[in-house]
Amino acid sequence: MTQAAAYSAARRKLHWGWITPPVLFAAIIAGATIGETRIPVATVLQVLGNNLLGTDYAVGRIDAGIVWDYRVSRAVVAACCGAGLALSGVVLQALLRNALADPYLLGISAGASTGAVAVTVAGVGAGVISLSVGAFAGATLSFLLVAALARAAGGGMGVRGAGVIVLAGIAGSQLFNALTAFVIAKSANAEQARGIMFWLMGNLSGVRWDDVWLAVPAAALGLGACLWHVRSLDAFTFGAGSAASLGVPVRRVQIVLIGLAALVTAAMVSMVGSIGFVGLVVPHAMRFVVGVRHARLVPASALAGAVFLIVSDILSRVLVPGQVLPIGVITALVGAPAFALILVRGRAR
Amino acid sequence: MNLSCENLGWSVRGQSIVDGVTLEVREGETLGLIGPNGSGKSTLLKMLAGIQRPMRGKVMLGQRSLGDLPQREVARGIALVEQQADTADRITVRDAVELGRTPWLSALRPWSEDDSRIVARALDAVEMTAFDGRPWHTLSGGERQRVHIARALAQEPRILLLDEPTNHLDIHHQLSILDLVRKLPTTNVVALHDLNQAMECDRIALMHRGHLVALGMPEEVLTSDRLRRVFAVSARVMIDPDDGRRLFRFHRLEQMS
Repeated sequence: MTQAAAYSAARRKLHWGWITPPVLFAAIIAGATIGETRIPVATVLQVLGNNLLGTDYAVGRIDAGIVWDYRVSRAVVAACCGAGLALSGVVLQALLRNALADPYLLGISAGASTGAVAVTVAGVGAGVISLSVGAFAGATLSFLLVAALARAAGGGMGVRGAGVIVLAGIAGSQLFNALTAFVIAKSANAEQARGIMFWLMGNLSGVRWDDVWLAVPAAALGLGACLWHVRSLDAFTFGAGSAASLGVPVRRVQIVLIGLAALVTAAMVSMVGSIGFVGLVVPHAMRFVVGVRHARLVPASALAGAVFLIVSDILSRVLVPGQVLPIGVITALVGAPAFALILVRGRAR
Repeated sequence: MNLSCENLGWSVRGQSIVDGVTLEVREGETLGLIGPNGSGKSTLLKMLAGIQRPMRGKVMLGQRSLGDLPQREVARGIALVEQQADTADRITVRDAVELGRTPWLSALRPWSEDDSRIVARALDAVEMTAFDGRPWHTLSGGERQRVHIARALAQEPRILLLDEPTNHLDIHHQLSILDLVRKLPTTNVVALHDLNQAMECDRIALMHRGHLVALGMPEEVLTSDRLRRVFAVSARVMIDPDDGRRLFRFHRLEQMS
C-alpha cells in the first residue's frame, strides 16, 4: 500500500467511526416518532433530554410514556437484535464457508420455538418460567444437540468438513419444528395457536426497558468479539486449512465465535421471536457496499442490521392501519427481493 | 531452523495413511516429495505444516516440537501452499496476499508500512505486481497459484511447503513455478508428480503406501527398479546429449503389486 492508500484507508476507518452514532441515533428517533400516533420530533427530543440529560421540558405524560417506555426501548432492542443477527450471519458465513449460513441454520430458532410452546402451551415450568426463558433454554439445547451431532458425524468444529454442521443444523431444525407442531396440534386451542404463530414470526410489542439490559450487552459482546477476531475471520477466506496454516487456532476460534453467535441469537430470539432474513441478507448486501474484508464488513453489517430492523419495525406498525404486523413478515418481504437482486447482480458482474 | 519429523503416523478408521516417517529437511534445500496417488504426501505435508496433529510421532521445528508451539508461531516459521485452495469471496490479489501477514498481526499490533512493503515484495517475487487490484475470480490457474505462493511468502517463513503446486498448469507455467520456487531463499518441500521435474530437486523423498521408502539424491532414489515397484511402470533412463541431464521415458505399465 502506498502512503496515499494507507492515508485513505485510515480516513475511511475514521469515516465509519463517525457515521455510526448519528445514523443509529436518527433511526432510533424515527422509531420513536413514527407510529399509530405520530409524535413530533421536537417532543421526542425533549423526552430523550428529560430522561438522558436531566433536562426539564414540559411534555404531556402520555406522549412521554409512549416515547420513552414504549418506542425508544423498542427501537433500542430492535437495533441490538438487528446488529446481533447480522453479526451472527457474518461469523457463520465466514467460518462455515457457506453463503447460505444464517443464524437459524444451527437449529436455534426451531429450538426457541419448541421452548416457547413448551412453556406457553404445554405448561412446562408450571407458570414460573417465562416464555423468554423457555425460548432461550430451547435454543441453547437445540444448538448443543446440533453441535454434538456434528461432532459425532466427524466434521465437528475441526479443520475438516465444516459442511457437516450445516447438515446437522438442518436435521436439528426439522426435529424441533416437528416437536413444536406436535405440541401445538396436541394441546393448543385456536387462540393460543394464533398467538404462537405471531410470536414465531417475530414480535417486538412486548419489549420494555428490562429487555434492553439483555439486548445491549448481548449485541456489544457480539460486536466486540467480532472486532477482536477480524483478522481470523479474513484468514478463513481460503478455508479452515488455510486459516490454520496462517496461524489461526481454528478450533478455538470456531468454538468461541460459533458458540457466541448461537448465544447472541438465542438471546435475541428469546426476546422478540425468530426474525428471519436479517442474518442472511444484511452481510451479503454489505459485502457489495464495503467489500469482503471483515475490518469493514463487521461494523458495516452491525450498523446496517440495526437500522434495517428499526425501519422494519416502523413499517410493521404503519403498513396496515390499526394493526401491527409480525416484523418477520416485513424483513422477509424486503429481504427476499433484496437477496434476489444481490444474486442477479452478483452473476452479472 | 531445521524441520524434521520422527516416526510420524496418521490413520483413518484403522487404515494407515502415513506410517513411521522419519526425515530431516536440510536448511536451504529443495526437497521433492514424490509417490503415487494416495501414498500419503498431502497428509505428511499437513502434519509437517502443523495444521494436522500427528497421531503417532512428532514434528520438530529446530529443537521444539510443533505440538508445543502456538499455531501463530508455527505459521511464522512454516507456510503451506495447499492444493487448489479456492474461494467464492470477491477478494483482490492484494487482499489474498495480505492474508499472509495474519500470523504477525493482532488487535494490538495493527497493519503497518512494513507489512505493506513485505506484501509488495511478495507480489514482486512472483511477478504479480501488475495484477495487484485484479479480482480473484478473474485469475487463471497459474496466476492463482502464484498468488498463493506470494501469500505464503508474505508470511516470511523460513520453510515453505508446497502441495503439487504445478497441478493443472500448462507446461510453461509448471516450469516457471518450479523455477520460482528453486530461486526462493526459503527451505522448500515440494510434492510433485512429474518425475522429470523432480530430478531438478536437491534431494527426493519417495513415499509408498504411507511409508518413506527412499530419501536421497534424485539419481540415487529414482532408479528403474524402484519406479517399477512403487509406480508400477517400466521406465528407461535416457541422457540428454546436450547437458548430460537424466530423463525418464515410461514405456510399459506393470502389474500393480
